[in-house]
Amino acid sequence: MTLKYLLEKEFKQSYRNKVVLGLIVIFPLVVILVMPWAATLDIKNIKVSVVDNDLSSFSQELTQRIQNSTYFTLVSAVRNYEEGINELEVGHADMLLEIPSGFENDLVNLGTSPIQVSINTVNSIKGVMGQSYINMLASQFSQEKAASMASNTKISQAKVDLIIKNMYNPTLDYKYTMVPGLIMITLIILCGFLPALNIVIEKEQGTIEQMNVTPVSKLTFILAKLIPFWIIGFITVSLGFFFAWLVYGLVPLGGYPVLYLFIALFVFTMTACGLLISNKSSTMQQATFVMFFFVIIFVMLCGLLTPVDSMPDWAKFIAGLTPTKYMVNVLRSVYLKGSGIADLKVDLIVLIAMMLFYTVWAVLSYRKSSN
Amino acid sequence: MKQFLAFVQKEFYHILRDRRTMLILLGMPIVLIILFGFALSTEVRNIRVAVLDSDLDNIARQIVQRLEANEFFTISEYIDQSSDIERVFRQGNIDIVIAFSPDFSGELFAPDGSQIQIVVDASDANMAQSYAAYTSGVIAQHFQELMPESSSGGIVPNVILLYNPLLKSSYNFVPGIMGLILILICAMMTSIAIVREKEMGTMEVLLVSPIKPIYIIMAKMSPYFVLSCVNLITILLLSVFLLKVPVAGSLIVLAFVSLLYIFIALALGLLISTLAEKQIVALMFSAMLLLVPTMLLSGMAFPIESMPKLLQIISNVFPPTWYISAVRKLMIAGLPITSTLKEICILLIMAVILINVSLKKFKTRLE
Repeated sequence: MTLKYLLEKEFKQSYRNKVVLGLIVIFPLVVILVMPWAATLDIKNIKVSVVDNDLSSFSQELTQRIQNSTYFTLVSAVRNYEEGINELEVGHADMLLEIPSGFENDLVNLGTSPIQVSINTVNSIKGVMGQSYINMLASQFSQEKAASMASNTKISQAKVDLIIKNMYNPTLDYKYTMVPGLIMITLIILCGFLPALNIVIEKEQGTIEQMNVTPVSKLTFILAKLIPFWIIGFITVSLGFFFAWLVYGLVPLGGYPVLYLFIALFVFTMTACGLLISNKSSTMQQATFVMFFFVIIFVMLCGLLTPVDSMPDWAKFIAGLTPTKYMVNVLRSVYLKGSGIADLKVDLIVLIAMMLFYTVWAVLSYRKSSN
Repeated sequence: MKQFLAFVQKEFYHILRDRRTMLILLGMPIVLIILFGFALSTEVRNIRVAVLDSDLDNIARQIVQRLEANEFFTISEYIDQSSDIERVFRQGNIDIVIAFSPDFSGELFAPDGSQIQIVVDASDANMAQSYAAYTSGVIAQHFQELMPESSSGGIVPNVILLYNPLLKSSYNFVPGIMGLILILICAMMTSIAIVREKEMGTMEVLLVSPIKPIYIIMAKMSPYFVLSCVNLITILLLSVFLLKVPVAGSLIVLAFVSLLYIFIALALGLLISTLAEKQIVALMFSAMLLLVPTMLLSGMAFPIESMPKLLQIISNVFPPTWYISAVRKLMIAGLPITSTLKEICILLIMAVILINVSLKKFKTRLE
């Protein structure tokens, strides 16, 4: 019965805080709508500047190819190397392609000709991709030229077709990889940060004293604090699911019930973590930064940005201690691959264990006596 | 002056006596540098392969052995039916399944040739691409050795990798971490610190004291200014000695740009504090308007050029975009200050506007 009154108090408090209320709706919307477009490691539109010393039909054709390619954007044609490097330095171009004089001549008569490529590799991914795209383009170009120049007799060669089939995401759309994980990010922020601030606000404002002198038990008090955030979590997640379907047409192949089961475990774990930090902190500033510290680790190591398999062993170990690692795996598997509970036994057991651990700790960490 | 120093002392006590926050503020750059420097990578380490086995013949077995011998591959399962492919992927223990067409060796020299199918779990789109590329690389190499007379020549690109010849990812993110940490400490901490006085009612006490309001603000900012300088030095030291990312350009210019950025961040924090009445609101404002955009839109982790046009335009509004771009040029590429004139000008304009607006908006009267 006391729980009911306490819940009423908590709900009134959250309901009257318009900023928090707005956040519950706007945050998942922004995250699902904007983030997948921004958070892409796909390298497209590498800006190319060309020095054409040959001015032949071949060199112009090569330039044209670069312009037509989806990987490159031709930004400028310059007269010499120095001008080109200048384009690179001020950031107008990422790559400088220098076609030597005699390019067409050498290619026709000798069958080979060098081209000079300089890439700005401060962003190493861009460097690697730029290098492999230009190699691909060059070999394609020379193969076609070789084929058209001489229809030479081919010796019978072994012929192997490599067929690459990308299951679950045939177009390799980065957004499908990100969206399920981003639903989790909204949960971390709302169900992690808001509870982390909740008890500490009462401490700073001194209202916790009034709570401490009531006969309310620890468990009832903590439950009254937790339940509103569970509800907030479920509303957020449902909105996230809805936007994922509306905008990207993403529907979990494994079904919503499985997802909600795991979401429940995750929400319980995160809110308990938040309350734990809130209990241990004395000011909001402190709670914020402690929570922020953990959230950074949770997000960086969860496998959303870079796969856990690519991490060194010590990082893999730490990742194994975060609930987020399991959750990202679950969300991706259920959404894209249609995994069911039977496929995700390990994740289920680990998340249940974490949920129990943090909830018990959160309840125990609340002290009515001030020290 | 004496009054001002007393206020500065008060603010330093505030932050110095909160051990936990101090520890996190000083430790955050270290943790970020270590995470980004060592933990986050997209390199391929171990591709778990399942072979769809319908009696591997000679050459097919050679290819499997070749994959097995490669350090990047582990053959962890042999499956019998193509219907098992779904199952192993759903359980998540396998990254690629490799399948050979029937009578693989025999059909190899027939006009139609043989086929190898590589089925990739593409639920991680980025890695799927690398997995497929690595596997086809190994297979292509095998066939090249099998018949060495394949043609070469054509266009030979001589590629020069400028500024980062070893292709280390740390060269890219160190400037990003600097942009993030400075915003975090200057803007977020300052805004919370000022709003806290409002919320607790102690602002009233400060405002009725004989000291000018401008000094109150400056005193509030001073510990965070010092902290961010300490953090800046920590990041630079760690990146030079731990990550071996050199400071290729002029240290003085770098320090100048960083100071400019710190002032912008402090002004932003002040601006937010004038808009918010409660700490939680200040916190959410700084998180939504500063932190998330810095992480997503500033080019810190994700290249701006790959974003849709609209987001590219929006990214121009955020100071970190320009700061990070300038630091990349000055620190990593080692270019002279002239190449960053655009960035520095924009940051200067932002600084002037923000400082003016936030000082104007700061109310010296209580409502």
